[in-house]
Order: sequence, then C-alpha cells, then structure tokens
Amino acid sequence: MAKKKGKKTSSKKQVRGQLGKKKETAREKMIGQTIGYRYDVNLLPDYKKITPFLKKYIEAMGWDDLNWLEDVHMGYEDDRPAVFCRNANGWVTIPKSIKLPNNQQDRDMIARELLVKFQMSPKHPLVDLKKAYLKF
Amino acid sequence: MANIKTIDKKSKAQSMGMHTEVLTGRTQQKFFNPDEAENFYYFGTYDVDFNKRTDLDVMNMSAPEANKEIDNLMSQGYGTIVIKNPQGKHSLGVGILNKLNLIFEGSLGYFGMGSCDGPIVRINGRVGWSCAENLMAGKVVIEKNAGSCFGAAIRGGDLICKGSVGARTGIDMKGGTIIIGGDAGAFTGFMMQRGRIIILGDVGINLGDSMYDGTIFVGGEIGSYGSDAVDAELTSSDQNWLRRKLKVAEIGDDFDVSKMKKIVAGKKLWNYDNLEPTEKKGAI
Repeated sequence: MAKKKGKKTSSKKQVRGQLGKKKETAREKMIGQTIGYRYDVNLLPDYKKITPFLKKYIEAMGWDDLNWLEDVHMGYEDDRPAVFCRNANGWVTIPKSIKLPNNQQDRDMIARELLVKFQMSPKHPLVDLKKAYLKF
Repeated sequence: MANIKTIDKKSKAQSMGMHTEVLTGRTQQKFFNPDEAENFYYFGTYDVDFNKRTDLDVMNMSAPEANKEIDNLMSQGYGTIVIKNPQGKHSLGVGILNKLNLIFEGSLGYFGMGSCDGPIVRINGRVGWSCAENLMAGKVVIEKNAGSCFGAAIRGGDLICKGSVGARTGIDMKGGTIIIGGDAGAFTGFMMQRGRIIILGDVGINLGDSMYDGTIFVGGEIGSYGSDAVDAELTSSDQNWLRRKLKVAEIGDDFDVSKMKKIVAGKKLWNYDNLEPTEKKGAI
C-alpha cells in the first residue's frame, strides 16, 4: 500500500501583510477584504528626515518643499515593501539590499527617493509607451 | 504588457457577447539600478533653464495656438515665460508636463492650467471654473479669486488662491494641497479621497461631504458638515506643517494656526462593496 503523503504543515503561520501589524484590522474583518493601504495616507512628512537626494531634486524642480511627494508613502505589496508609481500604475518593490528603518517617516523618504529615481530611469515603462504613442 | 487572449464562451454574459476576451499576465518586471538615475530629468521633457526668459502676447491667438507656442518655447530651452493679455481665454496653459516658470499677466477663463505636471505658475488675476484640474505636481498661485470646482480631482502639487473660491473646491481630489486665503463655497472637499485643503476664511455648507479620506483645515466659520465629515484633534505636527505650507503659499504670515479646525473622514463610507448585498437584502 502506498504510503499516504502527509501534508506538510508550516510551524510558522503565514502572515500576509502589513508593516508593523500582523493581524487584519477590525475594519478589514468587518468588510471581509483587505484594505490596500498599509500606511496612514494622511501622514504629514517630517522635513527633518529629508534625504540629500530629495533636497537636490526639489532644488532642480524649483519647488519650495516636497510638493507631490508629500503624498508618497512606503506601502506593502505581496509581502514586500513597495512604493506605488502612479505613472506606471503599479507597485515598485524595494530591493532587498536596502535595509529599512523602523519608523514610517524614514521609510517614506526612502520610498520617495526610489520613486523619483525610478521615474527618471530610462527603464521606466512610460519611456517605451511614450516612444510608441506620444503625439506631440 | 497584458496579453489579450480569446476564450471560449462560458457564462451567460459571455454568450451574450458582453466579454469575449480576458486580460492575463498583467504583472511585468522592470529592473533598474537606483544609482543610474540621478539626472533630475524625465524622459520626453524639455531641459529648460529658469534664467532664460521670454514674453508671449496671446491677444490674437486661440488657446490651442497659445499652448502650442508655450510648448515651442520650452523646446527652445526657455524656463521662464510671461504670458501677456490672456484676456480670460479658456483652457490656457493646459497639459504642461515639464518644469517651467509660467507667469500670466491677467485673468484666465475656464479650465486654466488643467492636467499639468511640474510647472510653477503665477496668475496675476482671477480664474474661472476648474482651475488646475487634475494637477499632478507643481505649484499654481492665483493672486485674486477663483470660480467653482477649483482644483477638481488634483493628484498632487500645491494650488493656492489668495482670494476666495466658489463651490465644490477640491471635489474628488486624490492628493496634493489646496490653500485658500479667503472664503470657500458649499461642498468644499466633496468626495475627496486624499490630500489636504487649507481654508483661512469661512466655508459654506456641507464641508467634506462624502469624503473618503484626506484632511481639511479651516480657520474661520463652517456653514455645516457634510455626510461622514468629522472633527479631529489638531496635533503639533499638523501645526508645524501648516506654518510651513502657509509660508510656501506666501499667505497668512501672522495667522494663528493653533486655532484652526481639523476635519477628517469618519470612514463610514469606506469599502462598502461587500456590505452592499446585505443592504440590498434589507431593501428587498
């Protein structure tokens, strides 16, 4: 008789989700679906944490502050830290080589810096789209 | 890119011809090195110099002609453009996806500065409906008053009106900051989903009606609260940010931000998709 294969059970309970929090929020339980945000969308930036790259970017653009980047936060996609790129309409996952700090403000600054670099990169998806479809 | 794949007809809806194809493989992997891009230049934009300045008289031009000429000047590297005689024309300055210093010497009509991404704009007059609609990034300053739907559906950037604005300011906004030096009309922040509105004066009825998220700061009197708009505590972080932002907006130097009211979403309207069947049952 063939030996019945035992179903492997992981001792660790798989957790999907969420920086800092491991369980679903009460609201998520109630509505039965995951709330996409894994951060406080209303969190105001702490300008003491701004990185040298972002300072240079602000100066180059001629702005007084982070401007549109104030709405950029480090989120979570498929169990990995990520930042949402509105131009590509997708999440950009953070490389594993980058060690993330413990607080959201520092994480947000890293997310902003990476997002700007991604959008300026010749490998950004919009580069191909613009080449194909740009009208004027 | 997503692959389009034809599938056999299966469901009733499909047999009725409502959808015969399915999108698969939407995930795409793009790799980049964070060190490769420190050029402060977006692909497809013009490399302009803020110190290179020119004037453009649009009195005898239509709005499309004026907008094309602005684009042409940017392609020549002009980083500061002064528009003379805008004479309340509609749709001036739309679709600028570039860093640029743009100054209007006069007033704009409807939909001025719509769908922009990056420019710094100063309008030395008034603006009509839906100014800076869908703004993605940059700064737009209006020296006088603005019409209704000011900053409709903006996604980012700073939109500043030193005077008063009409109804439905920041309707459906999804990011960015709207700053108003005077008063605002009814339904301010209607259905806003993210972002911040600062009003130093009074605001009309139904403030923040059906707002999903975001924050509204009010310095004066509130006509009435809209559905799901509730008060929240003004923190020291809020106050520091407000002082910084008012400095950026060049208004309210001596304004006492500690007395401002903070309004947020009660979040009772959130994610009702799964609750809907229950509500339907109740209705039947």
